[in-house]
Amino acid sequence: MSDPQSAAELAAQRPKKTTGIPAGPPYEVPLYAPREKIYARRVRGFYRSLKWWIMGLTLGIYYLTPWLRWDRGSYAPDQAVLVDLVNRRFFFFTIEIWPQEFFFVAGMLVMAGVGLFLVTSVAGRAWCGYTCPQTVWVDLFLSIERFVEGDRNARIKLDKAPNSAAKITKKVIKHSIFLMISVATGGAWVFYFADAPQLAADIFTGQAAWAAYGTIAVLTGTTYGLGALMREQVCTYMCPWPRIQAAMLDDKSLIVTYNDWRGEPRGKHRKRAEPGTLGDCIDCNACVAVCPQGIDIRDGLQLECITCALCIDACNGIMDKLDKPRGLISYATQESYNANMELAGARQIEDRGDSHGWDMSGINPLQVLDDKGGQNPALAHTTLRSFFRLRTLIYMAVYGAIGLGLLGALATRDRLDLNVNHDRNPLFVTLSDGSIRNGYEVKVANMLASPRRFTIRADGLQGAELYAPLLSGSQEPSWAQSLSVEVPADETLTFHMFLRLDGQAAAAAPERFNFVLQDAGSDEHMLEAAKFERPTP
Amino acid sequence: MSEKSHIDQVSGVETTGHEWDGIRELNNPLPRWWLWIFYATIVYSIGYMIWFPAIPLLNGNTPGLSGETNRGKLQAELAAVAQEREAITAQISASSLEEIRDNPELQRFAAASGSSLFKVNCSQCHGSGAQGGPGYPNLNDDDWIWGGSLEAIHQTIAHGVRFEEDDDTRFGEMPAFGRDELLERDEMTQTAEFVLKLSGQSHDPAAAEAGQVLFEENCAACHGEAGGGDVEAGAPALNDTLWLYGGAKDQILAQLNQPKHGVMPAWQQRLGEVAVKELAIYVHSLGGGQ
Repeated sequence: MSDPQSAAELAAQRPKKTTGIPAGPPYEVPLYAPREKIYARRVRGFYRSLKWWIMGLTLGIYYLTPWLRWDRGSYAPDQAVLVDLVNRRFFFFTIEIWPQEFFFVAGMLVMAGVGLFLVTSVAGRAWCGYTCPQTVWVDLFLSIERFVEGDRNARIKLDKAPNSAAKITKKVIKHSIFLMISVATGGAWVFYFADAPQLAADIFTGQAAWAAYGTIAVLTGTTYGLGALMREQVCTYMCPWPRIQAAMLDDKSLIVTYNDWRGEPRGKHRKRAEPGTLGDCIDCNACVAVCPQGIDIRDGLQLECITCALCIDACNGIMDKLDKPRGLISYATQESYNANMELAGARQIEDRGDSHGWDMSGINPLQVLDDKGGQNPALAHTTLRSFFRLRTLIYMAVYGAIGLGLLGALATRDRLDLNVNHDRNPLFVTLSDGSIRNGYEVKVANMLASPRRFTIRADGLQGAELYAPLLSGSQEPSWAQSLSVEVPADETLTFHMFLRLDGQAAAAAPERFNFVLQDAGSDEHMLEAAKFERPTP
Repeated sequence: MSEKSHIDQVSGVETTGHEWDGIRELNNPLPRWWLWIFYATIVYSIGYMIWFPAIPLLNGNTPGLSGETNRGKLQAELAAVAQEREAITAQISASSLEEIRDNPELQRFAAASGSSLFKVNCSQCHGSGAQGGPGYPNLNDDDWIWGGSLEAIHQTIAHGVRFEEDDDTRFGEMPAFGRDELLERDEMTQTAEFVLKLSGQSHDPAAAEAGQVLFEENCAACHGEAGGGDVEAGAPALNDTLWLYGGAKDQILAQLNQPKHGVMPAWQQRLGEVAVKELAIYVHSLGGGQ
């Protein structure tokens, strides 16, 4: 056909997208679809650069953090970030967290969750596209694959070629590098749990704990398996987030969008087409070729799309060559997209099977242009205003409230702890002079990285005397109004303590009172409620 | 049935050739991998039966090449624990009670070990918290019949009280003033009134005054003139608030009439020297040790 064609005819000529399921009785449906290997093409552009920077930053943080040193004096480790499982401490720069303060970590996890909601409702799956470890490592592995085997076409050719020395050499080199990165990834993880330089030396001399080697082995396996081999299948089949995104996104979330209103009807044979009958999309498939998830963004938002925005870069490159404005594929909200679709003459329809909800037969590229060939001023644009809406404000408020709460808790938290448990058997002991003795199991925690001296006394029991055999050593029982106890740096001291009241005082004493733990060097103190047991009259 | 194999049209799978009312059975053999694992388990089971005790016989079972038994494993584990503790146990064995008490590491080990020994061997009478009961002394308080020093406690545990099989046992008996008619009935009442007075309880002053003479004649030799008791003779203090067999008047009378004499076994022979030391350290640490 050499005649110019109408847009509708061109649209009708395009092969209909199908579900891939052959028609017929159910037993003919294959339940298993083999993976189609993806050969993502190299791309340059703003988002690609951004991803390189973020990859460098996140990998840098991951690999280097354990090696940061932080001086905490002679009583605590000097690693800036350390999860000390043996001593049950977590060190994060100036902050030291004890097991009972684990709620800080829980709070930060809640913040991370809410933060994920916030980012997703504003910018779609930005987490998936830029910072998710799976994405970062797959990106790293892909770039290495490209370096060893060449770009998309070379890789397709290589895979189709019969086995040869050159092919096998390339594959072996590629997988060797993959494995080395995987080992380094697993290796970096264990350094968070022990003194990094010491552990590194132990690992290389074969003296590290089996748990270290086991962890490295497991993480090497997962990195290599998930990152180097399974790649996009992890996102598509294993990760729950693509399913959750449907609940997180709304009409005002930024998503990577193919702007049908500008691109359709797409067509390659532009010279044959009547001017004004074809949209900007030249159907060059650049956006498909660069996609690491193996999808066609022109089919609309899909579960597989991690919004890495590489298709935007690819399409912008093509648009530049064609001397057309950028942004045929762009970050846009569903709201502005819908408005522009209506403007272009598309009709929203119910059926979502193969048309992502639009009847495109009436679309006319001229409608998005003004008289001079520029953009129609009626076009809707995505603006910053769409970021601020009730949903995002609530997320921000929750995020901020938890953050402030944690900061407040951190600023006012105690660095000493007193825990007193009354002896259960016997509840009390009557002494020969008629006085009553109670026993308590006492735990005093010094949560600072230097030894401290504390005093303990009973507040609210007139005439009460204390005696702790362990503290006074072999001496004769030394009863006193208050006990002095020295607790080593960053440790909990456990000892048994007796409290004595003479008979008359015991009968008149209140049942409940407080033990007071007082730091000898400051006015930091802590109360612990306790009970005084005596014979029932 | 034809000789040629029949292929099911729907699934494309060969059938077994069996047919019931037109229904055929598909011939889907077990997967190879499953079958090989099954064979492997059979081979493994043969090796297992040779290596481990496996086949029951009339009298016991085949021992297997490894000769492994649960009892043997337990013995090995116990031996390993004993070996682990050997150093510190030897130290306890070689140290005096005072040395153990003054060494925090030994003290803690001995007290912990003594605590568990106490739960097994002593708690039946003295209670799990060593709080005692009527007839069984409370070991937490500071009232000791045979003495509350480390040495005295150790001696009592090692050789028992009124335990006739041990020559070094603690021995002390109070005469049965009533049963053996050493005192008249009203004399006993008067003595009891005086004991009430000694321990600061309400009493009949006139009877107590009469009782004082009787007490000095009959009781003070062991219990002391002021009723302070004598740990050498095992005579309890009568001037305090703590009583082994009760401090009410009828309980005092009952003891005067026909005294109860509790018996405690000697433990040195049964548990060994180290265990008795550990028990002494533990009991001494309960708060009443002197």
